[in-house]
Amino acid sequence: MKARVHITLKNGVLDPQGKAIQHALSALGFDGVKDVRQGKYIELDLTETDKNKAMTSVEAMCKKLLSNTVIENYAIDIE
Amino acid sequence: MKTAVIIFPASNCDRDMIIALEKITGHKPHIIWHQNTNIPEVDLIALPGGFSFGDYLRCGAMAARSPVTKKVIEHADRGGKVIGICNGFQILTETGLLPGALMRNESLKFICKDVNLRVENNDTPFTNAYKKDQIITIPIAHHDGNYFADEDTLAALEEEGRVAFRYVDDKGQPTKDANPNGSRNNIAGIISRRKNILGMMPHPERLIEDAQGGTDGLGFFKSIINAIN
Repeated sequence: MKARVHITLKNGVLDPQGKAIQHALSALGFDGVKDVRQGKYIELDLTETDKNKAMTSVEAMCKKLLSNTVIENYAIDIE
Repeated sequence: MKTAVIIFPASNCDRDMIIALEKITGHKPHIIWHQNTNIPEVDLIALPGGFSFGDYLRCGAMAARSPVTKKVIEHADRGGKVIGICNGFQILTETGLLPGALMRNESLKFICKDVNLRVENNDTPFTNAYKKDQIITIPIAHHDGNYFADEDTLAALEEEGRVAFRYVDDKGQPTKDANPNGSRNNIAGIISRRKNILGMMPHPERLIEDAQGGTDGLGFFKSIINAIN
């Protein structure tokens, strides 16, 4: 079973890389981009077959390593 | 004073730290490779600068979960002294031993230059050889030194006198221009609530003898000796 984890910066945490991307997009003529927030995407291939157990396990991974909850949020998709 | 320096893959300021500790304490520090979880009993553990584990995932994230780091946390929990310089500071925040996080510099650039620091609190084991509000010049060399903590944490750090060093201009003012990396409240270094752990982005170990261009970093190490002896 696959878990897909999206890690994003929390609201209120400045994202200078996102700002730089926004400026670059604007310089390329892509107008109308109000804001850019950059994050990470992590794909996990799990041996677990029970969806609930997989969710619990990946949540623990996010808290312990994959995200830094001081500055980041995480969202998990399992299928 | 007995000391230990932990070396992770891609630490690169360990030699400077070892030389500084040997010169100042008169004893060679124990040099601990990260796979060795036997840290002898020491007064001080130093986490040096560098790019441990290639800065994979987040700076310091891998080193913070390394088995040797568990021993560092145990040492800190017993009240033992720990310093983390640059990547060492990033590792300490990733372990939770120090609050906040070090984010990408606001300019997105790697910055390598001398900066002015103001000694905010000289009643700590790491700053007692300096005068309060003394301005010292210490080099920085980092890509991710932008200190972030939420408002409540910042307020607590300020109230409890846990900001050790702040980036300031030549007049000693913490201006926006004097802030090299976007750190909140111009914070360059902080200490733990029990005052036994310090993390800072600048490198005092790089300024301990005249041949290095100055000795402003000496006071940092002398402070630790004062505190331990």
